[in-house]
Amino acid sequence: MKHMTHLQRLEAESIFIIREAAASAENPVMLYSIGKDSAVMLHLAMKAFKPGKPPFPLLHVDTTWKFREMIEFRDRRAKELGLDLIVHTNQEGVRAGINPFASGSRVHTDVMKTEALKQALDKYKFDMAFGGARRDEEKSRAKERVFSLRTPEHRWDAKNQRPEPWRLFNTRKKKGESFRVFPLSNWTEQDVWHYIAIENIPVVPLYFAAPRPIIRRDGALIMKDDDRMELKPGESVETMMVRFRTLGCYPLTGAVESSAASLDDIIGEMRSSRVSERQGRVIDQDSGASMEEKKQEGYF
Amino acid sequence: MTSPITARRLPDEADLAQGSIPAALEDETFAGPAPDSATDGEVIDPQGAMKPLVSPAASLLRFITCGSVDDGKSTLIGRLLFETNSVFDDQMEALKRDTKKFGTTGEDLDFALLVDGLSAEREQGITIDVAYRYFSTGNRAFIIADTPGHEQYTRNMATGASQAELAIILVDARKGILSQTRRHSFITSLVGIKSVIVAINKMDLVDYSEARFEEIKRGYQAILPTLGFTDVTFVPVSAKAGDNIVAPSPNTPWYRGETLLERLETVEPETFDAGAEPFRLPVQWVNRPNLDFRGFSGSIVGGKVARGDAIVALPSGGRSRVKGVFGPDGEVASAEAGEAVTITLTDEIDVSRGDVITAANAPTGVSRSFSGDLLWMANRPLIKGGRMIVKIGSAQTPATLSSLDGAIDIHSYETRPADALTMNEIGRVKLTAERPVVALPYGENRDLGAFILIDPVSNETVALGVVRTVGEPEAVAPEGHAENRSGLARLADLWLGEAARGGAEHRAEHRQAKIRARIAGSVLVGFLALIFQMPLLLVPVLALLDFLLRPFLAVAFGADRLPEERKLDPTVVDEGGGI
Repeated sequence: MKHMTHLQRLEAESIFIIREAAASAENPVMLYSIGKDSAVMLHLAMKAFKPGKPPFPLLHVDTTWKFREMIEFRDRRAKELGLDLIVHTNQEGVRAGINPFASGSRVHTDVMKTEALKQALDKYKFDMAFGGARRDEEKSRAKERVFSLRTPEHRWDAKNQRPEPWRLFNTRKKKGESFRVFPLSNWTEQDVWHYIAIENIPVVPLYFAAPRPIIRRDGALIMKDDDRMELKPGESVETMMVRFRTLGCYPLTGAVESSAASLDDIIGEMRSSRVSERQGRVIDQDSGASMEEKKQEGYF
Repeated sequence: MTSPITARRLPDEADLAQGSIPAALEDETFAGPAPDSATDGEVIDPQGAMKPLVSPAASLLRFITCGSVDDGKSTLIGRLLFETNSVFDDQMEALKRDTKKFGTTGEDLDFALLVDGLSAEREQGITIDVAYRYFSTGNRAFIIADTPGHEQYTRNMATGASQAELAIILVDARKGILSQTRRHSFITSLVGIKSVIVAINKMDLVDYSEARFEEIKRGYQAILPTLGFTDVTFVPVSAKAGDNIVAPSPNTPWYRGETLLERLETVEPETFDAGAEPFRLPVQWVNRPNLDFRGFSGSIVGGKVARGDAIVALPSGGRSRVKGVFGPDGEVASAEAGEAVTITLTDEIDVSRGDVITAANAPTGVSRSFSGDLLWMANRPLIKGGRMIVKIGSAQTPATLSSLDGAIDIHSYETRPADALTMNEIGRVKLTAERPVVALPYGENRDLGAFILIDPVSNETVALGVVRTVGEPEAVAPEGHAENRSGLARLADLWLGEAARGGAEHRAEHRQAKIRARIAGSVLVGFLALIFQMPLLLVPVLALLDFLLRPFLAVAFGADRLPEERKLDPTVVDEGGGI
């Protein structure tokens, strides 16, 4: 067998998974969160179906609180690649005035992300949804299958998952059931950045350090991306050199002070980093089994 | 107002992959064309094909850890992650907190809590499901499948083992070789792992006794002959205290071998040598973006393929030659086992998902029946006559358990007669499929020799297994189509609209009906010509020309081909449809 490098093996594995899913789905969709993992997943999907295009649209669940740069990037990429992009927002949540400040991170995430995702999947009757989650992100994700079966109510049953020996994925399902498919299951944060660098994959500029307007709130560095974020007594907006390790809703995403303005810098910084990437995610920081609970309820 | 981020605690997660030195990737080739831009229907960038992904030093090792309950598996993994700097500060804080809450190690950090992620696991202090962990050193990236030790979860262990290249088998130095050790070793051997590290753990609790270590080593060597491992090393460790995990321990001066991590970093696991095999490509996807391109996509599971190679598509038997090989970055001259490719052929033969494209001279088993060893994973028992779906490679076929030749005792390794298999039992079986399947003995090919069984009603994965022998071969259409056919015959295929489908397989009735319809069409043309008062002599000429030439128009416009290559999978049934 030819000697394949670590990243070449991961790339081949992901392409295999994407093709397997597309071939066995009736109506697949790729969840596109605009982040670095989504960028890599999309890049792999483009490779998997060359010279054709991926036989599925992209779906972005827009909470209306994403960084503006993310939205610009999303629309530009979909256009450049000539792919269909579906944007879904939970209008009920918007009408109910759900937002990360007044409602709290948990309710906001439940309504505007988890519920919104379920709405979109039901609306378009997608039966196979690709997600860019990686097993190294979080403990309960470490036990997630590559092809993760969800009930018609979109629930994940951690105790009743199908074994996935070799790469013989069982993609059969009953009416109403659906799959979440994770082609990047075996990638780590480092792998993702190395691959982005080597393959020259465009990512949202927020990953690179730049002077940005920052409010210090409860120990996190929150970027004031628009006027919806109001200052509390004693707070002020400072311009700081920061970057983001993960991207989500801007009021819930902590920046890190950094001068890493290039991919080389980011990779260098990651080597010496002592905190995990999800530390910036406010929603993960509830109870120990927080993510497990959210996943059972249908969070990606 | 409640701030969204007031309920802040330290983050609680086990993102365990990073923080260490990455797999030897220095800042090289960041240049190169953005591959995304080359998607506008352009097939290839031949230059792009040669671009290496990373410096070749970076390799990947997938291994499993297995041991009995309380052998300290999770602790060992936690220790490896900790020692390779793969645990972040926020995770360490969470670990300290969790140790107080759930810990079983008193004052010391309970590394098991780094990996036991499901709440049921934390509460019960055991590993239930396979968990995948990632770390890397300067030389190598590692993927660990942390598999449960308890017999109840044997299926999860087998799943983890099936993807691994090496197994660490943990033995508690106080308890020695247990029946679980024998069971884990057997499953490791069943899925074809050849390289094994026997880590004799908890050496601290036997006063680092060399005599005890040697005793256990001899005990394990006694069971080796039945297992077929070709590369076995023994390492005395204490996962909890860290002896011989990374650095040689002063507590075991009598041990001069490699430490556990040294072994993991240097081992070249002995696996099936896929490179020596003939070319085999299970087709996952027919890539047909436009009429000028018809490619077959999949991951190569054996050998090598290059432009111009003669191939045969199984089970249909259609023959052709390779016109182009496309890797992830565009067209390449050749590709090898492990790579995800798309190939095009010089002839339009019938190939669809589930078929296997192989080297033309490669003997490959195509048969309706095969025998194998399987691990039964469902609650209900497996009995003879059971009907299931078998999946091998990318093909799914309904199949019947035609015989159950015995159950293998995974503790004594002996076969005994059995009428049924219960959950976690291994049996020797024969399966008969409804349609021919392309299979090989597992010893020859890890991909085409492995299968799962799926319950057609519940859709559960009920068994995993390996093929031992492939039954009576099915007659494969001996002489192919296009390649071997004369010019006239090819013209006839074109005229009949059968070239695209591979001439021989169309049924005679269908062909006759088609010809009758065309005669009727030509008579109609003649009749119309008559009505429009064409010279009487020209009418039959016109009708004849229409009869002969019109079908070629269909070919010219591509109307003879089926628009959609994706065949309906005959095994797909709606709920309650039952097969």
